[in-house]
Amino acid sequence: MRKFEHLISTVIPLDIENIDTDQIIPARFLKATSREGFGKNLFCDWRYDSNGQPKTDFALNKPEYKNARILVAGKNFGCGSSREHAAWALQDYGFDVVISSFFADIFKSNALNNGLLPVQVSEEFLKHIFEENRKNSDLELEIDLVNGTVKVLSTLKQEAFHINAYKKTCLINGYDDIDFILGNKSLIESYEAEQAIKVDKIVADNKGVFPEDSRTNNR
Amino acid sequence: MGKTLVEKIWDAHLVKRSEGFPDILYIDTHLIHEVTTPQAFDGLRRRGLPVFRPEQTVATADHNVPTLNQHLPIREELSRLQVDTLTRNCNEFGIELYGLGHPNQGIVHVIGPELGITLPGKTIVCGDSHTSTHGAFGCIAFGIGTSEVEQVLATQCVLQQSPKTMKIEVNGQLAQGVSAKDLILYIISKLSAAGGTGFFIEYAGSAIRSLSMEGRMTVCNMSIEMGARGGLIAPDTTTFNYIEGREFAPKGENWQQSIKYWQTLYSDEDAQFDSVITFDAADIGPMITYGTNPGMGMAINETIPTTYSQPSTEQLSYQKALTYMGLEDGTAMVGKEIDYVFIGSCTNSRIEDLREVAEFVKGRRKADNVTVWIVPGSKHVEQQAIAEGLDKVFEQAGFQLREPGCSACLGMNEDKIPAGKYCVSTSNRNFEGRQGQNARTLLVSPLTAAAAAITGKITDIRELLQVGS
Repeated sequence: MRKFEHLISTVIPLDIENIDTDQIIPARFLKATSREGFGKNLFCDWRYDSNGQPKTDFALNKPEYKNARILVAGKNFGCGSSREHAAWALQDYGFDVVISSFFADIFKSNALNNGLLPVQVSEEFLKHIFEENRKNSDLELEIDLVNGTVKVLSTLKQEAFHINAYKKTCLINGYDDIDFILGNKSLIESYEAEQAIKVDKIVADNKGVFPEDSRTNNR
Repeated sequence: MGKTLVEKIWDAHLVKRSEGFPDILYIDTHLIHEVTTPQAFDGLRRRGLPVFRPEQTVATADHNVPTLNQHLPIREELSRLQVDTLTRNCNEFGIELYGLGHPNQGIVHVIGPELGITLPGKTIVCGDSHTSTHGAFGCIAFGIGTSEVEQVLATQCVLQQSPKTMKIEVNGQLAQGVSAKDLILYIISKLSAAGGTGFFIEYAGSAIRSLSMEGRMTVCNMSIEMGARGGLIAPDTTTFNYIEGREFAPKGENWQQSIKYWQTLYSDEDAQFDSVITFDAADIGPMITYGTNPGMGMAINETIPTTYSQPSTEQLSYQKALTYMGLEDGTAMVGKEIDYVFIGSCTNSRIEDLREVAEFVKGRRKADNVTVWIVPGSKHVEQQAIAEGLDKVFEQAGFQLREPGCSACLGMNEDKIPAGKYCVSTSNRNFEGRQGQNARTLLVSPLTAAAAAITGKITDIRELLQVGS
């Protein structure tokens, strides 16, 4: 997995809420069998017109945002489908960080599992970024994963963000979950060996009454 | 203190919990399909790993498959390649595949329950967000990404933070013409498309209890549309009766033992939920969505909420959605002409859905301006529909009964809604372009979809039911 520690970059603003994974990468592009190459179809239906020409008013097509590696988007980013292709497409396009005031669960896991950093900030801080960016499209942000902070360099306004400590270690070192789980293989095998006994014990220890039986008895 | 149902099942599947780390959660059943797995199998090859428990993994082809002429090779090259890749991977790694032509083939969330693979108390994952469907049986079921699919293939476990729990209680009785789909669309409209994020939702209350298993699956299926990881309903006699005798359901003494365990699967009376929300079934009418996320829904006889009634930060997104839909705020939906009706998807493609539609359309005929597709959820549903003569009813009504798959729910195959057209759909998502580029989706129940097919317009089903009765 790609490592991440620190980044200073300009941003691409998408001040839209509830951006779902169907917008990030439409289903018709999910037929590929590798992880590469999804970037060219990122936000395809917002980015290109029906003739395949770039829509000049869409942020990704604006020349001033050409080198930005941070996407800033409205709340509930990545809702909908579980397609990891959304994270792959963002990364393949060149993003290392997505900032929003709220992320959908599965998208967040997918991003973290690929070294794409989801940075959750407050509504106020998100608004501040959008406003500053409107004033100056060269606006730069500094993301410091080690200390868990995001800073607007022009205003020096800063906010802390939270990343689970385990995931943070994975991102900084490029570790992935499979190595971690396989390190516990003997525990998995003993879990399997004891599963049936465990269920018997749950049945034996259960002191409560099956609700349907109690409802029937109360009638 | 007592435990919630989610905590009971979660704790029974804990392989390891340690401070500062996510839980290692054991997965009983891993369902896979062609779209979200090729990269996971490649990952296994790169690592030189086998599938850890192939016998706990079940595969089907559903997202990409055509819904006409399934006996012929898939015409679309990339779709064929992806389906063939699944076949090759299943052969190489020793996984049971219900591919095209197999009597058990169908939408992954339809076949799991109908084959008796989905059982109370289990943990089930699939690289598909609608895995929450299986929660209807009182199990923990959730969608995962491809990296996690690889994890489960390699270890039969996933790393997960233990979730927050929410209880949604719906009491009372649903009115005539109001179904499980309306109930869940109503809940989502109240909680918003993000209102359940971070939670597992347990649905409870008398209105939930009186739903059939098909209805419960519809409710749990759409939990993800509020952002919830999963939704579930404690099992009861309705659940046990549905499961008994199915192909992979426990039999004989195992059945008796299983029932004993399943009867421990309920939230204790003193269990603490992180959030509890209560609704009254009497407040729920037939629902329809007007926007581009499933939270943008209303009772069908209402008018579209005005832009200025939305929070100021959301007005831009709200207006963008209405512009896409070609709808105006403050106006009524009933009476608006539509172009397509799609009855299908993992939300509403089960035999009960088809029966309900058939009963209503019997002796009626679709409007000339509408194309109607009925896509059964599985080969078994299709065969059952034919055995019951539903195919004849549909044919006489001018509805096209196709072959099973995800179809126009997400338009990965040829079943796409053309740009600008309105599709009244029993599926689960009305996102921009979901059913085809620039297509406009209106989410409804199967009955409301059937009514629109007959009149060619958005119709309050209650008016037609009154005329009929």
